[in-house]
Amino acid sequence: MISSMQTSRWNAILIPVLAVILGLIVGGLLMLLMGYNPIVGYSSVFQGIFGNMYFMGETLRAVTPLIFAGLAVAFAFRTGLFNIGVEGQFIIGQLAAAWVGAFWTLPTGLHAAVAILVAMIASGLYGGFAGWLKARLGVHEVITTIMLNYVALFAANWTIRTYLIGASERSKDILPSASLQAQWLSDLFEGARINWGLLLALIFALVCYWLLMKTTTGYELRAVGFNPHAAEYAGMNVSKNIFLSMLISGALAGIGGATDVLGVNGNMAISAGFTGIGFDGIAVALIGNNNPFGVIFGALLFGGLSFGADNMQRVEGIPTESIQIVISMVIYFVAAASVVNWLLGKFRRRQGVSQK
Amino acid sequence: MPAVVEMLGITKRFNGFTANDNINLIVQKGEIHALLGENGAGKSTLMNTLFGLYQPDEGEIRIRGERVNITDPNMANRLGIGMVHQHFMLVEPFTVTENIILGMEPKLGAKIDIRKAERQVQELSDRYGLRVDPKAKIRDISVGMQQRVEILKTLYRGAEILIFDEPTAVLTPQEIGELMQIMKNLVSEGKTIIFITHKLKEIMAVCDTCTIIRKGQYIGSVAIQDTNVDDLASKMVGRHVTFEVDKTPAQPKGPVLQVQNLVVEGNRGADALRGLSLEVRAGEILGIAGIEGNGQSELIEAITGLRKIKSGSVLLNNKPIENKKTRQIVEAGVGHIPEDRHKHGLVLDYTIGENMVLQTYYQSPFAKRGVLRYNAIYEYARKLIKQFDVRTPSEFTPARALSGGNQQKGIIAREVDRNPDLLIAAQPTRGLDVGAIEFIHKKLVEQRDAGKAVLLISLELDEILNVSDRIAVIYEGQIVGIVQPEETDHDQLGLMMAGGGKGKGGK
Repeated sequence: MISSMQTSRWNAILIPVLAVILGLIVGGLLMLLMGYNPIVGYSSVFQGIFGNMYFMGETLRAVTPLIFAGLAVAFAFRTGLFNIGVEGQFIIGQLAAAWVGAFWTLPTGLHAAVAILVAMIASGLYGGFAGWLKARLGVHEVITTIMLNYVALFAANWTIRTYLIGASERSKDILPSASLQAQWLSDLFEGARINWGLLLALIFALVCYWLLMKTTTGYELRAVGFNPHAAEYAGMNVSKNIFLSMLISGALAGIGGATDVLGVNGNMAISAGFTGIGFDGIAVALIGNNNPFGVIFGALLFGGLSFGADNMQRVEGIPTESIQIVISMVIYFVAAASVVNWLLGKFRRRQGVSQK
Repeated sequence: MPAVVEMLGITKRFNGFTANDNINLIVQKGEIHALLGENGAGKSTLMNTLFGLYQPDEGEIRIRGERVNITDPNMANRLGIGMVHQHFMLVEPFTVTENIILGMEPKLGAKIDIRKAERQVQELSDRYGLRVDPKAKIRDISVGMQQRVEILKTLYRGAEILIFDEPTAVLTPQEIGELMQIMKNLVSEGKTIIFITHKLKEIMAVCDTCTIIRKGQYIGSVAIQDTNVDDLASKMVGRHVTFEVDKTPAQPKGPVLQVQNLVVEGNRGADALRGLSLEVRAGEILGIAGIEGNGQSELIEAITGLRKIKSGSVLLNNKPIENKKTRQIVEAGVGHIPEDRHKHGLVLDYTIGENMVLQTYYQSPFAKRGVLRYNAIYEYARKLIKQFDVRTPSEFTPARALSGGNQQKGIIAREVDRNPDLLIAAQPTRGLDVGAIEFIHKKLVEQRDAGKAVLLISLELDEILNVSDRIAVIYEGQIVGIVQPEETDHDQLGLMMAGGGKGKGGK
């Protein structure tokens, strides 16, 4: 039994890794089918990620918001909630940070911290609203959060156009005191827009893990996620925990939005459509098995491949869509963990028999 | 004529754990053959092997004398083997007929010939005395009828050998009686039944032969006419078992729980409790006898703060607790062993250690300023596991991986160790084997002897009669009588439970 526990812990790591390898193989086969050389393709993706310091820095810049989005999805999921609204909560976070960054005047550093805090609160309440609707009125969170995504997108566009408009369909630039960029860091990565947001993302992954696994709050949240009936019988307040989970999930998404505005562009664009980051967060959480550290892995993979794919298209002319297929296949193999598990089982059984 | 089922020298291993070790099962045509064993003895593994869900590592299976290799359930079906699962596999919004024909629908052109199907179902139902309504929707019919639909499903597929997997676990005493009759009808029509159970009385009542397995080992087969309950029990458990609960007369003191004129709404909107009153005193076990659905669940939920009380009062140690939050009631000194341990008693994905602190995780020493202290939690869990003999590989094992009896022991350890003034035990031994039942009854009596009040709710009359110091009979949301266990019997209780005749002292 102890050994089976270790096996299951191993599987938690092994399955995503195998899924990635299987995904790469299937993607490679598809490239072959389309008449491209997969080795050339993958090596140019690799070049696009690790080729020089600028690429590495930009990859990490692309990974940062994905970590936040993945954490947000994973956190809600651990409480048994499917937060599809990370996209909208991310947008609310962007908007709040853009507003505070442009209009408030505060000392350098503190300004950024306050902007992030306001974004956290705004997005937290936005996510919490969906949680409240579920806890109080029994409205399914998938429905409400999808709808709230649209509300967030169009409300943000309207707010920027009405109150915040700067140059060329974008919000006013934030004041330098609110920036999360660091000159030395940018210089180190040959001018890439990597910023303090990455460090924040790593810190919050740790915070998420600690909160879920080490605190009484996390114990309650997970208990409600696993079995709300038993949690209620044990005297836990299920409604409160649903609200709290969505509040924290939304807040995480909000920090992601804030670091994107404060660290990368310095403003927020009026946008016809979604950023996609919130939806990618679902895939990231899935690859990461809803574990905060797994989410970092998932975001690195997802962000790395997506960013590296641009280089592949630029240099080799292989369409980026082929990398999207690889990512899809990875997600498929993670989701169909039973397939991988089955393969593993076959392999182990053969080993087991030969040992005896 | 060869035996209809011969399983010879069956061995099945899972990752080094031997679930079945050289087991023999020989079933003659037209008999009801009991497969007896404790929880986790390997009964289900053996039957899943026969049904083609598992492949045996060693041994052979012969059906009607012919050696077969049953690779999947479809093949089992073709061989005439049907399984009536303990957990029903029915589509709730579908009708009885639709469920039965699912997968082999009679066609009329491109359409399902539902008329013909209904006629066939009706015929089968009449022939074996199953009394199902072919047009009723599954979600509208009783558990007992749902089970009869499962039986019909196997008959419709031409099963000659029927495996019943612990069929009585979900039934009321009346439904159990009906099922026994149905089983007799089936064998008189030439069917063969393998009856998986650990309820000895049922075996004595209905079976011809009994095969006993213990911890994956084959113990033996006996003809029912040559054996008795005690013999079967000691073969199953491997030691002598007492059925009588060993206890001295109760010495009740002042009231701990006082329920007065309680009115509570049920799930369907009508009042499930209609002015119910009762009292449980310190140092006594009050048993609530009644047919399922007469307000037992609502009573427990009302006392424990899980259901809103419309009117009436609930006093714990003379302090009102009605409509308080569950946590406040728990902290005021109420322990609760819930009826459905998987749904309400445990977080199955948590370790058994984490489950031990499900109500107390936020208190010292398990947490300090909101941070869990896992060392203290697991140290406490180790203590309880030892003290209550919970068989688990370690305190870090997920609760899901434990057998039903050990899961229940875990819950009882948790609830008893909190030392509540009132312990509510709802169906505490449901689905457990005699060894575990003995243990749990002992613990309830120990609580009583320590001067605590125990409220026992059970559908098993034997349990009520053996364990209780007083018995209150519940019928349609009211207590219709209070009797002493030594002055009553099954018949009188049964009558009162059905609403006929009042006992003395009814409130």
